[in-house]
Amino acid sequence: MTAVSIPEEMALEARLRSRRAGGAKLLVPYVTAGLTDDWVRVVEAVAAAGADAIEIGIPFSDPIIDGPVIQAASQTALERGVTPASALAELGEVSVGVPLVAMTYCNLLFHAGFHRYAGWLEEAGVAGTIFPDLPKEEAGPWAEFAAGKGIANVLLVAPTTSEDRARAIAAESRGFVYGVGLMGVTGVREQLAASAIGVAKRLKSVTDRPVLIGVGVSSPLHARQLAPHADGVVVGSALVKILADGGGPEGAYDFVSSLRQALDGQ
Amino acid sequence: MSSLFADPGSASGYFGDFGGRFVPEPLMAAVRELEDLFTAAWEDPAFQAEYHSILTGYAGRPTPVTYCANLSQDLGIELYLKREDLTHTGSHKINNVVGQALLTRRMGKSRIIAETGAGQHGVATATAAALFGLKCTVYMGAVDVKRQALNVFRMRLLGAEVVPVNSGSRTLKDAINEAMREWVACVEDTHYCIGSVMGPHPYPLMVRQFQRVIGDEARSQMHEAIGTDPDFVVACVGGGSNAAGTFTAFLESDAAIVGVEPAGGAAVGRGTPGVVHGMRSKFLQDEFGQVEEAQSISAGLDYPGVGPEHAYLASIGRARYEAVDDAAVLNAFQVLSRREGIIPALEPAHALAWVLAEAGAAIPLGSRVLVTLSGRGDKDSEQVAEILGGA
Ligand SMILES: Cc1ncc(COP(=O)(O)O)c(C=O)c1O
Repeated sequence: MTAVSIPEEMALEARLRSRRAGGAKLLVPYVTAGLTDDWVRVVEAVAAAGADAIEIGIPFSDPIIDGPVIQAASQTALERGVTPASALAELGEVSVGVPLVAMTYCNLLFHAGFHRYAGWLEEAGVAGTIFPDLPKEEAGPWAEFAAGKGIANVLLVAPTTSEDRARAIAAESRGFVYGVGLMGVTGVREQLAASAIGVAKRLKSVTDRPVLIGVGVSSPLHARQLAPHADGVVVGSALVKILADGGGPEGAYDFVSSLRQALDGQ
Repeated sequence: MSSLFADPGSASGYFGDFGGRFVPEPLMAAVRELEDLFTAAWEDPAFQAEYHSILTGYAGRPTPVTYCANLSQDLGIELYLKREDLTHTGSHKINNVVGQALLTRRMGKSRIIAETGAGQHGVATATAAALFGLKCTVYMGAVDVKRQALNVFRMRLLGAEVVPVNSGSRTLKDAINEAMREWVACVEDTHYCIGSVMGPHPYPLMVRQFQRVIGDEARSQMHEAIGTDPDFVVACVGGGSNAAGTFTAFLESDAAIVGVEPAGGAAVGRGTPGVVHGMRSKFLQDEFGQVEEAQSISAGLDYPGVGPEHAYLASIGRARYEAVDDAAVLNAFQVLSRREGIIPALEPAHALAWVLAEAGAAIPLGSRVLVTLSGRGDKDSEQVAEILGGA
């Protein structure tokens, strides 16, 4: 057995499964690393407001699946001098009590190399990774390497993914399966796309792994609409927009609390 | 067609270590469909016949190879130009677009989108869209919208919508990002017509196949002209489509193959391996893998990456990649105009600039040199006039 450096109780999938078993709907907010000076305080506030895990967006120069809000946030963070190493080092200084999942584009992983990248993740106590541009066919070597360190590599399923392929992706995904709620880039949407519920149902029918729906999930109402069909939601742009507008840790706390309440049926 | 060098790309989407298909899952179904469709179409005589009849009857193929008597004398070499500048729309980009427009129709899609740098691929796409009755949107960096104003007008005249892109460096790289983002949202009825040998599989292979007509024609034209292969085959490299289309025919010959990159965007020469825009290739990037901005006088080469096949050809030593600076390019632009009466686009002026610099040095005197003149310079005249103060 390989030594596992992520403590058992912080392992992503175990944590999400046990929360689900306890009857909870899962909430995973997304925060762009380095967007503001107090971004680590934001992460703490998001955890305190009831997140089950937190996606940490590491800024990349060419975010092709991100819409205007996260593009702008990434650009701001890069202009502030944030690097994957610096962002993860800052995270390592706090302990937020919920699993962290580092989301970014795979060039940063390949450029650093698996050893170096995994080293940063381990020092930051990060329990999972998401690379939206690293599909199933290309993800294998990293997923295996990461698994050896106790890090879960999460794969994505889209509205256009066939059922057979969705089943295969879910089988290879670790931590949870990320259902992309709509055909489009990340961004704040008025209405929940019909495809979000479709993806949730399809995934739930092919896997026992936690199924979270993200992209275009923007409000407590959307979270409530998805709750009967999925194990939980990922909320990105709506939160990042609050932060970009200067909402700070308090704004983040209030918004994530409202999502938590919606999922808890309050 | 079944060249040793073609096999890697066709089988797996990889050229050696380079290539692949690094796309977000929402696009996976579309790129797989495209691969199947392209593979079937390429083998289908009816498709080939229609593709070639459009290239001949509409796009003006075959293009000639021109012997440059004056420059040959000046340089002490034999200089031949493959005249893609003489195609309809004025650059090689039309070869690829005709192929992809036919595929778009086969897929039953009603709209085509494209990125463009110099505007030549945008113009070619808008042209094919007009011909085939497709809706067309072209994404173009705001910097390029300004420096290639003539082509923006042409695209709009042809009925295309031109969307200026204001993110990032506001050039070709960002236009590609934006086109990809748009494609995710409309992939059901829209084909993304990538303009070079880049992006996820099958694009690098497919675009190479649609451009190989350049080299296939040129090789037999050279045989007619001199009875053998040239000693050097030279082409400029942005994404690398005119170069790949030229080189393919000569990979198994004895010709030295040279790709010429802009000094400020030399992804093969100065780049490092990475995964961007759906492909593993070489890119200009910082120590953490953030993509850097290219800097080139020519909008069509202002790209910090390169198609995977070029990274591969460089890695196995079959082609070499050289860089020239903007001043040498401006000089070549004028030299070809004055000595041969041919105003080249700034992009192929890179290839010429290298030949001008190396004739009698890296290119031994007496060598027979084939340069692909990928496009004509009308689009650049205003920009160059500004730089040269009215020329
Ligand atoms: C005339 C011309 N040549 C070359 C290029 C560069 O593209 P590629 O390297 O794919 O041939 C362009 C791109 O806009 C162009 O317009």
